[in-house]
Amino acid sequence: MNKLLLAALVTGALAQPVFAQDYTIMAPAAPGGGWDQTARTIQQVLQDEGIAGNVQVTNVPGAGGTIGLAQFVNQAQGNPSQLIVGGYVMVGAILTNQSPVTLDNVTPIARLTGESVAVVVPANSPIQTIDDLTAALKENPGAVSWAGGSAGGADHILAGLYAQAVGVDPTQINYIAFSGGGEALAAILGGQVTVGVSGYGEFASQVEAGELRLLAISGQNRLEGVDAPTLSEAGVDVVLENWRMVAAAPGITPEQEAEINADIAAMVESDGWQTALADRGWVDTYLAGDEFKAQLAEDIAATDGILRQIGLVQ
Amino acid sequence: MGTFDLLLQGLMAALEPMMLVYALIGVTLGTAVGVLPGIGPALTVALLLPVTYRLDPAGSLIMFAGIYYGGMYGGSTTSILLNTPGESASIVTALEGNKMARKGRGGPALATAAIGSFIAGLIATLLLAFIAPWVVRFALSFGPADYFALMVLAFITVSAAFGDSALRGITALFIGLGLGLIGIDLQTGQTRLAFGIPDLLDGIEVTTLAVALFAIGETLKVACSPTHLKEEVEAIKGSVWMTIEDWKRSWASWLRGTFIGFPIGAMPAGGADVASFLSYSAERNFSKHPEEFGEGAIEGVAGPEAANNASAAGTLVPLLTLGLPTTATAAIMLAGFQQFGLQPGPLLFANNATLVWALIASLLVANLMLLVLNLPLIGLWVRLLTIPKPWLYAGILSFATLGTIGANAAVMRIWGVSFSFELLLLLAFGILGYLLRRFGYPIAPVVVGLILGPMAEQQLRRALAISQGDPAVLFASPVAIVLYVVAALALLLPVFLRLRGRGQLLGQLATDED
Repeated sequence: MNKLLLAALVTGALAQPVFAQDYTIMAPAAPGGGWDQTARTIQQVLQDEGIAGNVQVTNVPGAGGTIGLAQFVNQAQGNPSQLIVGGYVMVGAILTNQSPVTLDNVTPIARLTGESVAVVVPANSPIQTIDDLTAALKENPGAVSWAGGSAGGADHILAGLYAQAVGVDPTQINYIAFSGGGEALAAILGGQVTVGVSGYGEFASQVEAGELRLLAISGQNRLEGVDAPTLSEAGVDVVLENWRMVAAAPGITPEQEAEINADIAAMVESDGWQTALADRGWVDTYLAGDEFKAQLAEDIAATDGILRQIGLVQ
Repeated sequence: MGTFDLLLQGLMAALEPMMLVYALIGVTLGTAVGVLPGIGPALTVALLLPVTYRLDPAGSLIMFAGIYYGGMYGGSTTSILLNTPGESASIVTALEGNKMARKGRGGPALATAAIGSFIAGLIATLLLAFIAPWVVRFALSFGPADYFALMVLAFITVSAAFGDSALRGITALFIGLGLGLIGIDLQTGQTRLAFGIPDLLDGIEVTTLAVALFAIGETLKVACSPTHLKEEVEAIKGSVWMTIEDWKRSWASWLRGTFIGFPIGAMPAGGADVASFLSYSAERNFSKHPEEFGEGAIEGVAGPEAANNASAAGTLVPLLTLGLPTTATAAIMLAGFQQFGLQPGPLLFANNATLVWALIASLLVANLMLLVLNLPLIGLWVRLLTIPKPWLYAGILSFATLGTIGANAAVMRIWGVSFSFELLLLLAFGILGYLLRRFGYPIAPVVVGLILGPMAEQQLRRALAISQGDPAVLFASPVAIVLYVVAALALLLPVFLRLRGRGQLLGQLATDED
């Protein structure tokens, strides 16, 4: 209630008098997290660039985005002005929570950003390279404790994929879930765990300061200005990007879908969006339309496979 | 340049008129949202992030810090006057504070909270400026086993400190522990006790439970006993201000609260609520007037209020030195830093020294501003109590409902009927709160169980997972051993004292803290 009022005041103050589509974007997470920031950046850029008229953001937090998703599917049916932000974490949450509503129930528009998951060890760890880590894991999988975000999230999936790729039984990995990258970071810096996996952004300043050693990143390509190989280069055949996307309501017409696609494409090309990405350290992984839908289906299948292997989905 | 020069330089920057305006906006907003249950500083800062994008970084960070401190303070006002905690960290304040308010001592209760918050904020901010790097080393040395020991200490001291009957206290605690099991288990991703209801997947929201048990339960109790409605409450008995006796009893509590709150706030898995619980039980043990606990002991307000403010400053230690957010508000402030292209962490002090010191200095300014804003208002606040009861309780009900919906906007639809599940929970727990009161069970242990239970469980399981199941890890570190020894003392000392014939005193601890 208050949130809506505040949001209305805020957007009212910033809105420009343009005659364009209005949007309401749902961030299926609490204010401040990655999805919320994505939604609010979209809001800001769409308005500033005059691509859309009035854009509002609503937050419906809970259960890896599945609560927001369920409400979105229920309420937005056929409404072309409703958008929802989501991402890779939602794919896993839908599977582990056995959510009755899935991404098949929405109209995916585009993948916007992606973040590599980083594999780090404390600076004083005997593990120097990915090869050392692999050797330790093969010797005794239980003795290598992995710290990362909640069970079934991108970090956990990466640990599972890593084990699978080096020929270790993924059910044997000793994954310690923390409620957020920050708490995991504390355990890694304090030497409580062997290795840490989380978004590169969570570790960046510690890596630069030499407190953590970055072994590898999980993306397709190396990160600019970061001296670490990708996992594939280091000999572990895994590629994983924690992407974020925007989707539209179910049951909209192909014309409406094309219009939203055009608005999002215009946003991605704008200077405002590129500046915002640079400020926040997000990598542009824009992929839209049918290509995105195909990629999404592939990601869902892969995630389902690994979650079953780890034993999180029966 | 020494730390002191840097701080002075920061103070000069923070005292610029524009910065003062930002700090003023921050503390005012913070106090306002702290008063509303459910709407906390985290939400406010998050909603302001896009607005501040165009502002100057120093100014908006100063405003955020003001909101954070203001929120910590604002929560105490409703706790004391209306028995409706606005934040989980001010739950304990309601116990003694509201008793004081009902005896016409609302003024001193608010004053000791305000002055205690100021002193704690002042000392903790100075500690933040001078010893942050050492504190953070200490905080990082805490592993899961040590946290588990800390939780055990909190459980033992807290459950011993509530209520007259240990059995009733423990029963209430276990209701809370049971509620804490609901939701997705963090370690395995499996759902527990959610009965297929998606809204339960993330567990029970602490503020919903606290507001329901305290505010709704209280309202129901008043509504069910007509005599309560006629009972006249004296808003002011004696002075609105603190007497010399109040000062004498408060100052040590403020200091103890500060030194409990600051290190716990700095711990990545600590938090203001844990700090305030521990401070309350410490006050109860150290007080020269233990018989007053449960009847409105001023130490029970002074200590926890100082502790929750000190822990707010403590939170900034890992945030500024490591880029490690330990609370929701800190996480959003981190997003605020990143929005301006600043990366908190070991290099922040080196790369953006002016900004960091201006922020630390502005905390001092915000702190003073809070005191100046709030002390003169106390006389006005206590008049809230003279509002006729039916109106007052109607107001509390609407406040509680608005706050709960505001924080959880999710709407469920079953058989074509849309409703807010969170409100249903609020009502159900309100009835639970009424029944607990009706049959003389203490309320606070339920909330304590919900907060500490899941923390203790996760830490225990992490510790055992890292050691691959070897329980010896729980007693392997000196920190854990010290904490267990303190816990054992807390458990055995009262027994010992009772054997020595001083049982009369403890017998008088009989309380009913509704």
